[in-house]
This record gives sequence, structure tokens and C-alpha cells, in this order.
Amino acid sequence: MKSNRLLTYLQVTPLFLVLLFFVIVPLALVLIVSFFRYQMLVGLVPDFTFKNYAELLSNPTTWKLYFSTIKFTVIVLAITFVLGFWVAYFLVFHVRNLLIAIGLFLVCTVPFWTSNIIRMISWRPVLGTEGLINTALLESGIVGEPISWLLFSDFAVIVAYVHLFTLFMIVPIFNAMARIDKALLEAAVDAGATRWGVVWNVVLPLSKTGIALGAVFVVTLVMGDFFVVAVMSGGLSGSATSGIFNDLQFLNYPRAAANAVVLLIIVLLIATAIFRLVDVRKELVR
Amino acid sequence: MSLPSQGRRPWTFYVLSVMFTLFVLFLYGPMFIMFILSFQGPTGGLVFPMRGFSLTWFDALFGQARTGDVGGAFSRSLPLALMVMVLTVLISVTAGFAFRRRFVGSGFLFYTAVASLIVPGLVLSIGILVTARFLGIPARWWFTGLGAHLSWTLPFGLLIMFAILGRLSPSYEEAAYDMGATRWQTVRHVVIPIVFPGMIAVALFGFTLSYDEFPRSWLTVGSLNTLPIEIWTMTTNVTSPALYALGTVTSAISFVAIGLAIGSIAYIQHRRSKRT
Repeated sequence: MKSNRLLTYLQVTPLFLVLLFFVIVPLALVLIVSFFRYQMLVGLVPDFTFKNYAELLSNPTTWKLYFSTIKFTVIVLAITFVLGFWVAYFLVFHVRNLLIAIGLFLVCTVPFWTSNIIRMISWRPVLGTEGLINTALLESGIVGEPISWLLFSDFAVIVAYVHLFTLFMIVPIFNAMARIDKALLEAAVDAGATRWGVVWNVVLPLSKTGIALGAVFVVTLVMGDFFVVAVMSGGLSGSATSGIFNDLQFLNYPRAAANAVVLLIIVLLIATAIFRLVDVRKELVR
Repeated sequence: MSLPSQGRRPWTFYVLSVMFTLFVLFLYGPMFIMFILSFQGPTGGLVFPMRGFSLTWFDALFGQARTGDVGGAFSRSLPLALMVMVLTVLISVTAGFAFRRRFVGSGFLFYTAVASLIVPGLVLSIGILVTARFLGIPARWWFTGLGAHLSWTLPFGLLIMFAILGRLSPSYEEAAYDMGATRWQTVRHVVIPIVFPGMIAVALFGFTLSYDEFPRSWLTVGSLNTLPIEIWTMTTNVTSPALYALGTVTSAISFVAIGLAIGSIAYIQHRRSKRT
């Protein structure tokens, strides 16, 4: 058995090394650098100061950016949950042919393997002032002049988020629902449950691991995003990461790091809170 | 009252079908519009109407135009994605097997991998850049970029391996040992064939996630851009359908990779079901 144990450690060594050098050490260094001083032209100066944090937290812009990010997160979470839940429910319980269900599931997941940036750009010819929707509305006479808030607005940002991230909800919820024993639903119906009662009292509680996983994905993706907001709002809105981006432009690494630490703490707090609700590891490994 | 999966289809089936169809349209519609517009005629613009069909914009992409170094970006993104793919498969398959046994630090390693999935890409990007600075290594796409991509693809690879290996009962291997197979023979003739479709799935994630990765690439690839970064700079300064042409080309590459992966998994499953 001893050689077996050695083999186990050998097998995880590559994973451990990658995680050590590209996750653990970098995150530790971000934390350390966030206490450094920034000096023009010199750059990083080793120190132990809370100045970066004080500057960050006393700046009203920071609070505005975080507020805007949390607003986006809540809205996108609500939309992707409703969409993801019903899409998964449709595929698992309504589509009767398993092959068709798998095929339709793949149709939902294929965009995940394509470029996010390209998918964002593809909204331009649809939402722009001369885009498809505006042209259609103008020609049918519904509006007199093009609607300008379709692109480069909060609306466009939310459309892009929903477009990019809904499948992060669909996949885990689909997995959770596919494991539900259909006999449970039959039992509920036999016991006199209505169709809505079955969804509310049986399907929803049994999919909660999937919902939790999906929520963690959506929350972290939206909170950590900078690029969707930048492209889709045309620079009109910001996100928590915009602050980091600005500091980096001025090579102010300490303040960028402090900002990153704050963001990381918030994201990890939300993720742990969600993981507290369900034991995700047990679900994943089983 | 009956279940949606039995008897006559309830009205909810039709409502949900319509919703699903609209969702798929929402998912794919804009992409296909972009594909069509990338064949815009030479005088055409970024929106409809089409002014003839041409390959002008594909030509402009790789020709002497102000579209930046698209060819160079391709020549880095493709090898990088292939390297990430191979490493992701090797590392997550071996680690996946280790996780079937209990070992000291397995929980820590698992949660670090999950954390790597959750950490905002830009935060990790800063961390890796700072680490490279401290070590005195310049940021290069084939080193710091590669590591940054692995931090994103490995957690996915690991989770897929967990799902696959969860279904691989240890009794298969025990049976092989009992019949006198060596460890290598067991791996070669029992384990690999069962795990193989999962390995293709891991490869698909490794290739496509690296090929399209932006936030983690941004600070870590150094002075030479990978494709998503090139596209990002193009969104601000290229205002011709060449941008859509690039979108069509990269999407085509992604679709080929997805088609190859899903096709080969389906082929293997089909052959297996015929054999039994």
C-alpha cells in the first residue's frame, strides 16, 4: 500500500504545482502588494500601509462602482435563474425522447465553447441605432426615431450578461434535475399535488444544488467582469473591476491590488454563503 | 392531472416550447447575423442592408490593412490552445485518479481548484504578472499565459473527471488484477477505454477555453497579443465588417473543435452500443 500512497502524491503533483505557481502564490502576492506604497516613476515600494485601502474605501467612486456591479449581479441572477430553471425543466421533464433532450441540451451549451467577445460584438448589428431592431421598429412605424438606449446602455449590458451566462445556470440545474427520480413526481401527483405544486414542492427543492452552483458561477462572473460592461455600455457604466483597470493603466499596482483584494473578499464571501446552503463537494464527487 | 412526461401533452409543454425556441434564437440569432454581415460587399457597412456579397473583409483581415496583427495572433493562440489542451488532459486525468483515494491535502487541493474557478480573471491576471515581476521573469504567452490559462481550464477538467470516474467502479480494475493483468495492462485495456469519451470532453474544454480566454490573458501574455486581445483592441479602432469577418473565422475554428469532439464521442458511444 505504501507505493500506492506515493503514486497518489505523484499523480496530484502536476496539478498542485500549477495551482501553487499560478493561483496560490499570485493571490498571496496580490494581498502583499496591496500593503505596498506606490511611488511615481519608481513603482512598487515595499511597505506595510493601509493607505491603499483607506484611499479606496473613502472614494465615493468605489462605492458607486460596487453599487452598480451589485445591481447588475442581482438583475442578471434573477433573469438567468428563471430562464435556466425553465429551460432545464423543459428539457428534463417535457422532452420525452432522451436523444432529443441531449441534442437540445448541447444546442444550449455550444456557445459556451465559442468566443465571448465575438458574441458580444454580434449584438452590435442587432441593437445599434441602425441595427435590426431599430430598423424594424422604424419601418413598421412603431417609433418615429431610433431608440438610442438599446446599445451602449445598462440594457445592453444586461442583454449581454444574460446571453453569455445563462448556460452557467442551465447546465448545473439540468444535471440536478436529471438525477431526480421520476417516481417521486408520480407519487406527488398520486397524492393530489397540482402541476405547480409538483414543481414548487418536489422539483425546486431537489434542484437546489444545481441552482446554488449556477448562482455561484453567475455571481462571480458578473462581479469579476470588466469587459462586457466596457464594450456594451460604451464606457457609460462601470463595474467594480473598472477601478482596477484604471489603476493598472497608471501602473498603480498597490491600489489595483487593494481593490482586487476587496473584490475577492466580497466574491468569496458570497460564494461561501451559497456553498453553506448546500454541500457542493458531496454533490460533485458522487 | 398527469405528469408532463405521460399521456397527452399539457398546455405547459407548448408554452415552454415557445420559450425554449425564443431562447435558442436569442442565443444564436446575433451570431448568425454577424456571419451574414461578414460577407458584406466592399461598399457595405456594419449593418444591413447587404451591398452585395464578397470576401473582401476576409481578405482585408490577413492582407495589408490597418486591422492589426491578426495572422500573428492566430499563430500564437492556436499553439497555445493546443498546449493547454494536452496539459489539461494529462494533468486532470492523473489528478482525477488520485482523488479517488483519500490523501492528506485532498480537501485543500479541491478547494484551491474551485477557488481558481471563482476568482475573477483580472485579479488572477494581476497576481500572475506580479509573481513574474518578483521572480524576474518577463510575461510571455507560452509561459505566464499558459499558466494563467491552465488555472482556468484545470478546474473544469477536474470536475469532468470527477463525474466520469464517479461512474467507474473500482471492481472493474480489481477484476482485471484478479485475472492477472499488470497495472499498465489494466490502465491500457480497462480504464482508458472507459474514460476516453470523458478525456475528449476535457480536451474540448482545454482547447476552446484557452483559445477564447480574455481576462486571464490580458496581463499575462506579455507584449505579443493572443487572438481575443487582438479582437478586443479591434473593437475600439476597426469600424469595418473586417471585425465580423474575424468573428466568423474564430467561430468557425471553435465550431470545428466542438464538432470534432462531440462527433468523436458520439461515434465511440455508437460503436460501443453496437458491440454489446
